[in-house]
Amino acid sequence: MFSIDLLSNALVAGLLLGGFYAAVALGLSIVFGQLDIVNIAHPAFVILGSYVVYMTNSALGWDPVLAGVLFTPLFFALGVVVYRIYYSGFERTGRESLAGLAFFFGIMFILEVTIILIYGVDYRLVDAAYIGQTLRFGIIDLPYRMLVPFLTAMAMTAGIALYLSRTFTGRAILAVSQDRLALELMGANPIRIKSLAFGIGLATAAIAGALLIIIGPVEPSFGRVYIGRVFAIVILGGMGSIKGTLLAALLIGVSESMVQTFVGPSWADAVAFSVLLLTLVLRPQGLFGRL
Amino acid sequence: MRVASFWPVSAVLFVGVTAATFFVNEYYVVAGYMVLQGLIMATAWNILGGFTGYVNFGSAGFFALGAYTSVVLYTAIDPPLWVVIPAAAIVCGLLGLGAGYLTLRLRGVYFAIATLALAIVLETLMVNWDYVGGATGAFIITPDVPLFASYNAFLFVIMLALAIGSVGLARYLNHSRIGRGLTAIRDDEVAAECAGVPTLRLKLISTTIMGAMMGIAGSLYPYFVTFVEPLSAFNLIVAVNAIAMPMIGGTSSWIGPVIGALLLGSVQEWTKVNISSELNLLIVGVLLVGFVALAPRGILGLAQDFRARLRGPQKKEQGDDEPAAA
Repeated sequence: MFSIDLLSNALVAGLLLGGFYAAVALGLSIVFGQLDIVNIAHPAFVILGSYVVYMTNSALGWDPVLAGVLFTPLFFALGVVVYRIYYSGFERTGRESLAGLAFFFGIMFILEVTIILIYGVDYRLVDAAYIGQTLRFGIIDLPYRMLVPFLTAMAMTAGIALYLSRTFTGRAILAVSQDRLALELMGANPIRIKSLAFGIGLATAAIAGALLIIIGPVEPSFGRVYIGRVFAIVILGGMGSIKGTLLAALLIGVSESMVQTFVGPSWADAVAFSVLLLTLVLRPQGLFGRL
Repeated sequence: MRVASFWPVSAVLFVGVTAATFFVNEYYVVAGYMVLQGLIMATAWNILGGFTGYVNFGSAGFFALGAYTSVVLYTAIDPPLWVVIPAAAIVCGLLGLGAGYLTLRLRGVYFAIATLALAIVLETLMVNWDYVGGATGAFIITPDVPLFASYNAFLFVIMLALAIGSVGLARYLNHSRIGRGLTAIRDDEVAAECAGVPTLRLKLISTTIMGAMMGIAGSLYPYFVTFVEPLSAFNLIVAVNAIAMPMIGGTSSWIGPVIGALLLGSVQEWTKVNISSELNLLIVGVLLVGFVALAPRGILGLAQDFRARLRGPQKKEQGDDEPAAA
């Protein structure tokens, strides 16, 4: 059962999977890590992304990645609206701990049920010429349905990292999490910056959703298993560090792939939770973190 | 409710409702069982969520673990219910204690996230565990009960007693020294710690009670549906209801979850039959979001405001006991 072949393929598959996980966790890394908003509905928005991509792909034949990118402005706007509601209802009144959590939990549930009402509980998938083809390097298999999401995720992660470190608004987003008052003194409006950041966080969910449905078929409650995974990644990565998020995503991708290959596929879902618990107990500040 | 009148009123209620099970259609017994199940879950959730301010998203996990404790015991030795119920309470209480011990020393959100992920891991375990039927599920054969109208009526009466007991415990906690400690933690944990409140111990007590109570609610579920599989036992609606009922009723007092559970539970049973079960789920979600956003103190808060307005334009009471930011 154990061989170099199997091991190297599991490692490569894990890295590809981990790259994709980075795309799913990226938005949460900004929203939870930088803005300290516990958006547990993030995976549900990713599933929403998958379904809008599925809709345009099946009806109009759009390429899934392109469709995901085209939907980012819409998701951005949705994010701004959700943040405005969250701000006026919870953050401003200091009720974000209990009621805010319940709010996002309710949104997650509403999204899931709405998708079930429209599309039912069947698995949906997308068509593209490259899905199903595989690139081979010696003993290593690189299926395009994993490679395309990996490369897209890397491009998106690099883009976000550059945006946050090089532009004025990007730095303002980092600043609002560190010292809100100082940002106000510099003449920036923290609420505007936060809605912008929340919008960007949700915009990444559109692309992540497209990648998710390229990798495999998606059903409405698929997002639940990603909740533990993305929070494990963001916390392990050190709350808001993009570099840390990427590294943690790759780490979890590889661990899951190893467990899947050598222990059994149905145990892979438990990996992220174990990592999450271990992180919380042993190193709550994460790999690259501030507490 | 007056301190002295809770138990007499409950006793009368218990006798009256038990008598009614002999005369009403079986459907009402089944629907009533579901409402009571929600009532216990909501009361349990509120002990941690409402009194202490820590959110448990994994209620479905505790509930299902209680159900699966029953399945394991049934498969092994098929003991009577008075063994099954305490066993489920102990198993789930220990789970609550363990989860609390690992995460409650950190910020509250970590506990919330951990419970959410915990439910998923428990589901993975049950899917992979062939002894309890794995993904295909397990059957339970229920015996005949001579004294009752039906086995469901028998379970309903037990559930009624358990629900009254749970609410009684929550009511006691609400008014006791422990309850005041929990309220102090919810309002300002650091200040409570400084004032000498043993915060970690109190939090662990309330997570243990919460877990045990949810386990109790789950322990009868296999006998009620006679067939358990992971998808239905870990259904998200259990977790959503456990949050929505206290939020709608009002989280600050023991009576809030009771009001929420009776209202939301009845609405759900009604829409399930008369409209559709998917739309029913959507209604619960919308009500939850609507109440947390617009009426944060639930129906209790609305009633207090209304009473204050009736009393005339005198200065409004400071009744806002929502938790402060963590």
